[in-house]
Amino acid sequence: MLLFVVSIATFAIFFLVPRLAGMSADDLASRYVGKAANAQVIHDTAIRLGFNDPVIVQYGRFVKGIFVGVDRNYGPGVEHCPAPCLGYSYVSQNPVLPDILNRLPITLSMALGAAVVWVIFGVATGVVSALRRGSFFDRLSMGIALAGVSLPIFFTGIVSLAIFRDQLGLVGDVADWVPFSEDPLTWANNLILPWVTLAFLYAAGYARLTRAGMLETMSEDYIRTARAKGLAERAVVLKHGLRATLTPVLTMFGLDLGLLLGGAVLTESTFSLPGIGKYAVDAISNNDLPQVMGVTLIAAAFIILANLIVDMLYAVVDPRVRLA
Amino acid sequence: MAGGIVIVLLILIAIFAPLIVSWFGHPPAEWHRDKIDPAIQAPIGAFGGISWDYLFGVEPTTGRDLFSRILYGARISLLIAFFATLLCVVLGTVLGMIAGFFGGWIDTVISRAMDIFLAFPLLVFALALAGVIPDKAFGMSGDTLRISLLVFIIGFFNWPYIGRIIRGQTLSLREREFVDASRSLGARNHVILFKEILPNLIAPILVYSTLLIPSNILFEAALSFLGVGVRPPTPTWGGMLAEAVHNYDVAPNFMLFPGLAIFITVLAFNLLGDGLRDAFDPKAR
Repeated sequence: MLLFVVSIATFAIFFLVPRLAGMSADDLASRYVGKAANAQVIHDTAIRLGFNDPVIVQYGRFVKGIFVGVDRNYGPGVEHCPAPCLGYSYVSQNPVLPDILNRLPITLSMALGAAVVWVIFGVATGVVSALRRGSFFDRLSMGIALAGVSLPIFFTGIVSLAIFRDQLGLVGDVADWVPFSEDPLTWANNLILPWVTLAFLYAAGYARLTRAGMLETMSEDYIRTARAKGLAERAVVLKHGLRATLTPVLTMFGLDLGLLLGGAVLTESTFSLPGIGKYAVDAISNNDLPQVMGVTLIAAAFIILANLIVDMLYAVVDPRVRLA
Repeated sequence: MAGGIVIVLLILIAIFAPLIVSWFGHPPAEWHRDKIDPAIQAPIGAFGGISWDYLFGVEPTTGRDLFSRILYGARISLLIAFFATLLCVVLGTVLGMIAGFFGGWIDTVISRAMDIFLAFPLLVFALALAGVIPDKAFGMSGDTLRISLLVFIIGFFNWPYIGRIIRGQTLSLREREFVDASRSLGARNHVILFKEILPNLIAPILVYSTLLIPSNILFEAALSFLGVGVRPPTPTWGGMLAEAVHNYDVAPNFMLFPGLAIFITVLAFNLLGDGLRDAFDPKAR
């Protein structure tokens, strides 16, 4: 359902909105030819890219590509693009799916690494703050958390680059991507800055959410029961308190991680990481519809996947939820 | 309440930006190449050339007065954030009330729509939408077009946050006695919605719109940072940061002041929103 809506909406943006704004098929096509092209070349390009067909027909062609694949006539011969075919870039003529899959490991390493850091720090800070409510630690960490949610990543990112990479030389060049399988140390060294800045931003929200949840849970009756039956405080907090608090945290985590995997646009632009988010930005500045379609669909797929995993984790975390 | 004071100051600064700049600065679009070292294109002087004449120093390459550009940037940022939030609040309140009050298939449709909006690759999407619009469209051009476009995009994508809360509140309000009383007196649905239920929603609307403003400011800054915001030479905070990525090493002021401007503004609204929430809902304390 989400996939369908996302693909329709992306298509509408690229075809209906320019039409509403008063652009013709030839105007659209003029974006994908050289500056010196004459009217005939532009017109041929419009026909080759199928811009003269009704939008519905163009969309049908795209969906067909995903389910059965398409044959593409590139002049000297015919190329077959097999079943999950997201089409070919208007600009580089490359098929879209392999391009995206090549960039996936970069975005995955960045997002998952950051997620580990922010969940650990955010939840731990939230729990300690809630248990020592009103203490110096609580006030300090909540102050930092409020600052954290108020800072844009493209500011903290540049500041941290300036300090840690340029002034102190502590970390590697972020833009210089090295796969984990080749050299794990360089991989981590290059990625540590995006991990930490991204985690700082997100951990703040998680700390606030966990703290609010813990404060509520710890005043529940069953916590008193657990204490009354003589459980160690540690077990009361971790097994009874935290477990119930984690449900809303998980919900937020599912959404955040899904959105992040689908293209950490700002993070990757700030650090010039050549991941999916950077690909999306480049695709948009080139008006390259097939690439943008590919990215938004992959992004939506990640959001669905992340929500699915989170739904299953609910049952593990909260004993009141049982999967049918 | 520190947040509230800062916000009032910011709004005054934004409104009187031309006046303040005429006293303490130079017009935001005026180039001062004499303040730039031609060899490295960096400002002459310490920390981006800060002096009594140029309070925040100057921009690299162009030598434009950073102080006046930050002030004028506040106008764009606050203008877009306020109107976008207004649009979110109107859409969210009306649709949330309708969904919560009528229930049934209307509720199903609106709630589904909200779920989809909340789980959507919004930024990529907003980027694409802001990117495809030509420079002249819908009978507008220039800054007017970009500002209305950004207000529309941000408002249109963010209304479900407030819509969900309003729907939940309406669900419980519609079971209350005063609604029954009003209905038994023969009041029609729209009268009940706007005269009975809406007044009870003022507190949550106020709190969540205050909390929505900072996230809309960040959204606008992000779009400007990615190059689809209001077009140069009109100054925006996000746009300045985008350029600062390339030359923060020679002009640290160019990175620091726009970033701090965003930070202070967003923090002030967050503080005010938190304060309002605690005041209206003592339970959440």
